[in-house]
Amino acid sequence: MAEGNGNLLQLTAKDFKSDQEVRWCPGCGDYAILNVIQGFMPELGLSRERIVFVSGIGCAARFPYYMQTYGMHSIHGRAPAIATGLAVTRPDLSVWVVTGDGDALSIGGNHLIHALRRNVNLKILLFNNRIYGLTKGQYSPTSELGKVTKSTPLGSLDHPFNPLSVAIGAEASFVARAIDTDKKGLTEVLGAAARHRGSAFVEILQNCNIYNDGAFAVVREEKQNRIYLQHGERIRFGEEGERGVQQYPDGSLRVVDVEEAGENSLLVHDTAHPQASLAFALSRITYETHGAVPLGVFRALEGPVYDDLMSEQLEAAKASRGDGELAALLHSGDTWTVT
Amino acid sequence: MRRRRFVSYTSEVASNKAVEHLERVVIRFAGDSGDGMQLTGDRFTSETAVFGNDLATLPDFPAEIRAPAGSLPGVSGFQVHFADHDILTPGDQPSVLVAMNPAALKVNVADIAKGGTVIVNTDAFNERNLQKAGYASNPLEDGSLGDFHGHTVALLSMTVEPLKGIDGVTSREAERSKNFFALGLMSWLYNRPTEGTLGFIESKFAKRPEIVEANTRAFKAGWNYGETSEDFAISYEIAPAPSAPGTYRQISGNTALTYGLVAASKLSGLPLFLGAYPITPASDILEQLAALKHFGVRTFQAEDEIAASGAALGAAFGGSLGVTTSAGPGIVLKSETVGLAVTLELPLVIVDVQRAGPSTGMPTKPEQADLLMVLFGRNSESPVPVVAASTPSGCFEAAIEAARIAVKYRTPVFLLSDAYLANGSEPWLIPDAESLPAIEVDFATAPNDGETFLPYRRDAETLARPWAIPGTPGLEHRIGGLEKEDETGNVSYDPDNHDRMVRLRAAKVAGIAADIPELDVDDPDGADTLVLGWGSTYGAIGAAARRVRATGRKVATAHLHHLNPFPRNTGDVVRAYDKVLVPEMNLGQLRMLIRAQFLVDAAGYNKVRGRPFRAAELADAISALVDS
Repeated sequence: MAEGNGNLLQLTAKDFKSDQEVRWCPGCGDYAILNVIQGFMPELGLSRERIVFVSGIGCAARFPYYMQTYGMHSIHGRAPAIATGLAVTRPDLSVWVVTGDGDALSIGGNHLIHALRRNVNLKILLFNNRIYGLTKGQYSPTSELGKVTKSTPLGSLDHPFNPLSVAIGAEASFVARAIDTDKKGLTEVLGAAARHRGSAFVEILQNCNIYNDGAFAVVREEKQNRIYLQHGERIRFGEEGERGVQQYPDGSLRVVDVEEAGENSLLVHDTAHPQASLAFALSRITYETHGAVPLGVFRALEGPVYDDLMSEQLEAAKASRGDGELAALLHSGDTWTVT
Repeated sequence: MRRRRFVSYTSEVASNKAVEHLERVVIRFAGDSGDGMQLTGDRFTSETAVFGNDLATLPDFPAEIRAPAGSLPGVSGFQVHFADHDILTPGDQPSVLVAMNPAALKVNVADIAKGGTVIVNTDAFNERNLQKAGYASNPLEDGSLGDFHGHTVALLSMTVEPLKGIDGVTSREAERSKNFFALGLMSWLYNRPTEGTLGFIESKFAKRPEIVEANTRAFKAGWNYGETSEDFAISYEIAPAPSAPGTYRQISGNTALTYGLVAASKLSGLPLFLGAYPITPASDILEQLAALKHFGVRTFQAEDEIAASGAALGAAFGGSLGVTTSAGPGIVLKSETVGLAVTLELPLVIVDVQRAGPSTGMPTKPEQADLLMVLFGRNSESPVPVVAASTPSGCFEAAIEAARIAVKYRTPVFLLSDAYLANGSEPWLIPDAESLPAIEVDFATAPNDGETFLPYRRDAETLARPWAIPGTPGLEHRIGGLEKEDETGNVSYDPDNHDRMVRLRAAKVAGIAADIPELDVDDPDGADTLVLGWGSTYGAIGAAARRVRATGRKVATAHLHHLNPFPRNTGDVVRAYDKVLVPEMNLGQLRMLIRAQFLVDAAGYNKVRGRPFRAAELADAISALVDS
């Protein structure tokens, strides 16, 4: 395939802006995410033609149009499947999926979990605003129980998905969370996701100022409720680090006062734990249940990557049987000759 | 040509039985799903193919893997028609039935020609099995088989007996060798060469030498039984059919289709990517391609039909030959991907191995009722070229043709096969791989408007847009499901632009008519009546036309291999005849198209029995129309 253009070091955020007018609602959290990602792209160290953004349907799915890379705005929920076909046939590319809470977790839930469990080399960015924006304000699979929307005038009846719990349940090898307006945190998570070989799942908490204003305000606005996870370090947070996370004997987690509990009783974060249990327990910490929201990398586990395994099978088959010859294939089995 | 040696497996017994020559035979093997009838039929077919007869087969089996033993729904059949001349169908009426149990007899005996031969495994005709088959009395004793030449063979006990003393073979395994006894007997009866089957047993069961021994002994015991039993006074010889020089093999539709896809990959230089989800009767293609990784073939068994097609489209975006295979119930799920491929204008081959429906229908039975679905089963104006195979071996060329159109015109293409073609087999003159025409691929490598790249600027002749794959510097662009502005590909809601784009997409597909062969008409006598077909009815229509012509009537035939667009002379052809008959295994789908497009009052002959047409019924229908 084509080689890079040799201009890697000169790329800036501007080089990743396409000529298309961005058409999200003024004030939408997606603008912030777009700016951070365009600013982050040069860090990939790849020329633009090696980067592909694939999306499904929804507000977030318009994302590829605004990136000066290759891109496909596809069909509702199917981006992980389409990106899988691209990634496994083109290991030379950096393939990113941009999706939303409805796209990824409702209509596309099946594709998401299977892409994650296969560990396809995809970076999946889920913009979660807990609402259907493009269809003008129906509840989504991440909307809180009882959510009053146009399609649920008396309140929604279904228990929401926790995106990270879903991803960890599917045994995703890389799982992280960031906030749209938190440039530093989001950039760090994007970097870690890009460096991870295999599927990387990133939930980005995003505000929809039209249909769900204030979504995640408890952590977007109130920074003391952010738990920044750091691998190998005890989990504590708050303005002075006065709160911490402790593990019960049953594996579940609680938030404690550090002074009372003692620093040594706090849980040490381990992104590389081979069992998904710890990351899952962390994903169960929510503002509603614990008064805080963990951010950063929950899990980053090196493991066999689907694309690599497929390539290895092809190489092994060629090594043992030689390059396939069409004439030999057509003549395989019993043949007879008429003279 | 290889000829079999007429030797007996017990050297003391010299073959001194009479040999009668026949022109053609239709045999149906029938037994329980677990009796190995498909394997038996397959092997008999291989022996027959290697011998040089022309042949056609019709495997007919239930969707259930193991329906209750001895039950009517559990009966699995395999019909093979072989002859000393060229034949077109697996035969209307078997002249020989091999029935492994009462249920197999009950289900099949009505199909057997009067005066035909019925060979039954008497060991299975016990009270319990008779009851399961719904027989009030034993048909072997009550005279109900009086119209047939009956051979009662204690097939099970004669199989088990010579297997005694083989270490490691359980009594159950010994019993399961009875299909090889039956195969041995039939191989004797029709003087088939046996080296292939003996070799097959060796390699198929190589991991269990005792099973090789058991099956070999059972096979030879069957052969020797024919040779020695007074019940079989004569054996039959069917001379090889004259055929064009060259190397032949037996091939089924699914295998031919698999090879066609691999050939298309080689001919285009594009790596083959198959996205598929297991479904009858298309799964073979996934399985066979999965075994061809040394051809650089990537197979992806997806989580569902939707992902299978999506992944294939993603691979096509990246410059692979993207293919997805399924049957009707899976194709419906792929509709949105096909629609996306229409507007993205990317190559994609979608294989529909049709089966009886609607919904789950009859998964193992053929039908050709998906034509209107593949043409129109998408939202909005969404034109897709359609190619249809008409014979098992023809699936090879059809697959190459579908890929050629997809790649050249950057469009999804439907390739239609069906359960009859998929599982049926016939001899195939193996084409010279070197002489197959290349499929030209021209990836865009440079901007096409000064310094700018316009992803929807079209080739003036084909109207195809550039195929610029990721990794190509300077051609970064975005495509999507939203309507695109002509040339730039930017999102556009402009009314006139949308009208223009709808018409451009339609014109691109319609223009393919200039790039496909004209419709060929077989009309030796100057007939007034045309029989127009498509798909797997090819053989039955051809055989029926022969019968009709043999009665002195005149009839013309033509067969469509492109259903969208039609060959450019199709209108002229159908208008040139007073009467047009369109036989289809649906309720008149092609007929509707012919009437709508060409204002021709075509008549239909339509049956949806989950079985191929019989030549005789078609001949009657054609004769009636000719005489009208």
